[in-house]
Amino acid sequence: MKKMQKKIYMAAGYNTISMGTGRKEFNPKKERPGLEYYITEAGRGTLAQINGAVNVDESVIGNFMASRFNNQGHLAGFIPMIDEGLKFKPSIRVEAACASGGMALITGIKNVLAGADTVLTIGVEVQNTMKAIYGADVLAGAGWYKKRKEGHAYFFPDQFGKRAGAYFDKYGKDYTRKGLSRWYANAIENARLCPTAQEYHNTNPDPESTCFKMEPNGKSFVDYLNVLDCSKVSDAASAIAILSETGLIKCGIDRKDAVEVVGFATSERNITLEPSDLTVMETIKDAAHKALANAGVSIHDLATIETHDCFTIAGILSVEALGFAKPGEGADFVFKGNTARNGLIPINTTGGLIGWGHPTGGTGVHQAVTIWEQLTGRTGEAQIEISEKKPYGLSINMGGDDVSVVTIVYKKEL
Amino acid sequence: MTYDERMQKVSVLGAAGKMGSGILLLTAVEMCNLSLKPENRGKSFVLYAIDISEEGLNGLMKYLKVQIRRIAEKKMVWLREVYAHRADLIENGQIIEEYIFDVMNLVRPITAIEAAFNSNLIFEAIAENQDFKVKIFKKIDQNNQGKPWIFTNTSSIPISVLNKEAGLDGRILGFHFYNPPAVQHLVELITIKENTRQMKEFAIAYAKSLKKVVVPSNDFAGFIGNGHFMRDALHCIAEAENLMKEFSFAESIYIINKISQDYLVRPMGIFQLIDYVGIDVVRFILAVMNPYNPSENLHSPLLDSLFDLNVKGGQNSDGSQKDGLLKYEKGKPVAVFDLQKRDYISISEFSAKCDEYLGALPEKWQPWKSVNFSKNKEELLKAYFAAIKGMDTVGAQLAKVCHNRSAQIGKQLVNSGVANSDEDVNTVLLTGFYHAYGPINNYLQ
Ligand SMILES: NC(=O)c1ccc[n+]([C@@H]2O[C@H](COP(=O)([O-])OP(=O)(O)OC[C@H]3O[C@@H](n4cnc5c(N)ncnc54)[C@H](O)[C@@H]3O)[C@@H](O)[C@H]2O)c1
Repeated sequence: MKKMQKKIYMAAGYNTISMGTGRKEFNPKKERPGLEYYITEAGRGTLAQINGAVNVDESVIGNFMASRFNNQGHLAGFIPMIDEGLKFKPSIRVEAACASGGMALITGIKNVLAGADTVLTIGVEVQNTMKAIYGADVLAGAGWYKKRKEGHAYFFPDQFGKRAGAYFDKYGKDYTRKGLSRWYANAIENARLCPTAQEYHNTNPDPESTCFKMEPNGKSFVDYLNVLDCSKVSDAASAIAILSETGLIKCGIDRKDAVEVVGFATSERNITLEPSDLTVMETIKDAAHKALANAGVSIHDLATIETHDCFTIAGILSVEALGFAKPGEGADFVFKGNTARNGLIPINTTGGLIGWGHPTGGTGVHQAVTIWEQLTGRTGEAQIEISEKKPYGLSINMGGDDVSVVTIVYKKEL
Repeated sequence: MTYDERMQKVSVLGAAGKMGSGILLLTAVEMCNLSLKPENRGKSFVLYAIDISEEGLNGLMKYLKVQIRRIAEKKMVWLREVYAHRADLIENGQIIEEYIFDVMNLVRPITAIEAAFNSNLIFEAIAENQDFKVKIFKKIDQNNQGKPWIFTNTSSIPISVLNKEAGLDGRILGFHFYNPPAVQHLVELITIKENTRQMKEFAIAYAKSLKKVVVPSNDFAGFIGNGHFMRDALHCIAEAENLMKEFSFAESIYIINKISQDYLVRPMGIFQLIDYVGIDVVRFILAVMNPYNPSENLHSPLLDSLFDLNVKGGQNSDGSQKDGLLKYEKGKPVAVFDLQKRDYISISEFSAKCDEYLGALPEKWQPWKSVNFSKNKEELLKAYFAAIKGMDTVGAQLAKVCHNRSAQIGKQLVNSGVANSDEDVNTVLLTGFYHAYGPINNYLQ
């Protein structure tokens, strides 16, 4: 994708609560709301901000594995359930594992480029329908099934654990774990400022040392990561409107309440191959730099980033992939507080996947909503300062082990 | 016969009971794990689940299915290794299903005792009745050519008595699980001098494999666990009876229950524990122990009266608590039975009066739950008991009396040779009764 052929905006974002362990109201033994509830809440949340469904031309819903988590396929059919006004309008479901939400955004952007004025974009996943040990099977579907047999009980934690292990070997274990633990602490501290975050109720006075002291144990979990290094199992949905300039007017949205999409990219790696270097996220690197180039901005123009920290190590490796730190120096960069909310480049300001939650197919949309909130000053307690000199935000949404990556560059309306 | 060979043919008697079902579960899982070792592939492992209750056996199979799944879910990393050679089993879910099947597949539920005639090892957990147990052991031993080993779960009957009466030549030992066997970590191992070294070693190996804490107990009726519990209970009953001169029956029970729970920082009060075990069971164990302890009177007319009024406690089949001396709502005591009124009286009616009588708990007090799991448990307990020591409220006085009596019972178990050491007594109370501290301590010195 070269330069944007047309001005595209996002506005009217909405996040449900990210439900799962950690939330006080979560009780695994009680019946909980399902897909229908989350899709409806998020969808209506956005419709309420764009003067209703009449203004929607098309809808996109991103989801990874409702077919297994909820025994439900055919999610596009749930769009008209949100509002009568969506009946007989185009609706499509997209899937790219944990990048499904991001891919839904890209599909929405392309729909606007193709002529639509307003696209309702939703991402959803309801994963607490089974215990984590079975959920691991479902999530393993983001990898190559032919590798499942030789894979670990906790397939993805092990995949990323191997990345952490390779990083340990190259740069030192304690050095790396210090960085991972700081990443975890940032996630928790940010999540505490965001009422919809799964870790909102977390009261641990010292998450950094809790994480550091918890030695990885391969007998009960995986070799190089502990459970705090991993994002949690979440039920949630997010929605946002993708709009043309006409769309903004039709929906009655002031430009100041919208962000402009100034660049985007998607990039794909061969799923049947192992990463060529475990300490490098090459697809993230590729996609991030393409999107930034499209937008004509550098990493130093970014006010904030939402990156795909399904595991703490993925956070560190994305910092390196982006070029904030040289290979091997990402752990130190994070440890020193550069990615904290008051740091050089605030990352995942409402907790990211580890702190806010990771409803797999919903995450990409949640990232866009968070950037929109930050750039338009609606993040409440979690609001960071956005200076006029750095009016840009970036989101990085990844599917599988650095296989599908979606990146979007957003600009605050000055 | 190697460990694995002996474990190929096993029976559990009373397999549908409270204890038997847990023993069966643990043994079935252990046998299945052995059968999955590469060197044991193709060998048959058979576990007879023997019980006279058809209905109970139906329930047992359902219980097994649920519990094996839970166990499997917790050892997925290991299971993937064990089934690595099975190309058809790919996902965790598939492997767990296969494991559940493999465990269940070696269990044979049956009502005929004859099934045990071919077993190498027999766990026994039928009702606590010496004549029954002896009769069954005799029958099995006379018909089993393999000279089987019998591991009895008796709570109180001396093993040497069972050995002699059933003519087992030392092929019996006490393998005393705590309720519920699948959860409680403690096993009291009661050996007698006629046991062979191999048999004792096997018992320890089996317990280790089940990840149990083994405490050896000598062969005295009641062993360590009930040796302490029964005497502690009788003492508390006597204290309550003493209070009855001034207080009503229900109030007295409430006061001592509170002393034994809150003041002694225990997980439950003594009368709740009696209900938990069952008033009938407690009476029964006392009756078994009493003749072997002629210098004591291990008997409680108060428990007899309750039993006669059909106030029994114990648990419902779903594990919830039945009403006994106390009445429960969601597992919490809400009323106390009054022997005079023959009815339950709500605790809220008299608790304020009793609490005032006892005086305030020391400021340093924390409930068992926060003490037991604290990293500073030892310091918390020391500080708490130091405070109690310096207080002269009625509550503190009673606490001191009950605490000292508990310690004295512990010492008595060591001095009379039931337990080999103070530490063994303490381990039993810590692991089998979940106490936060062992009865033999110097907190009040
Ligand atoms: N319940 C406890 O807290 C506890 C703790 C430790 C030890 N024990 C001891 O374990 C033994 C069993 O106690 P329980 O509480 O499980 O009792 P229970 O009544 O729950 O179970 C006894 C089982 O044995 C079966 N049974 C009775 N006679 C039988 C026979 N002739 N053949 C086959 N099955 C027969 C019954 O149908 C029942 O299922 C007792 O010796 C008891 O003292 C109990």
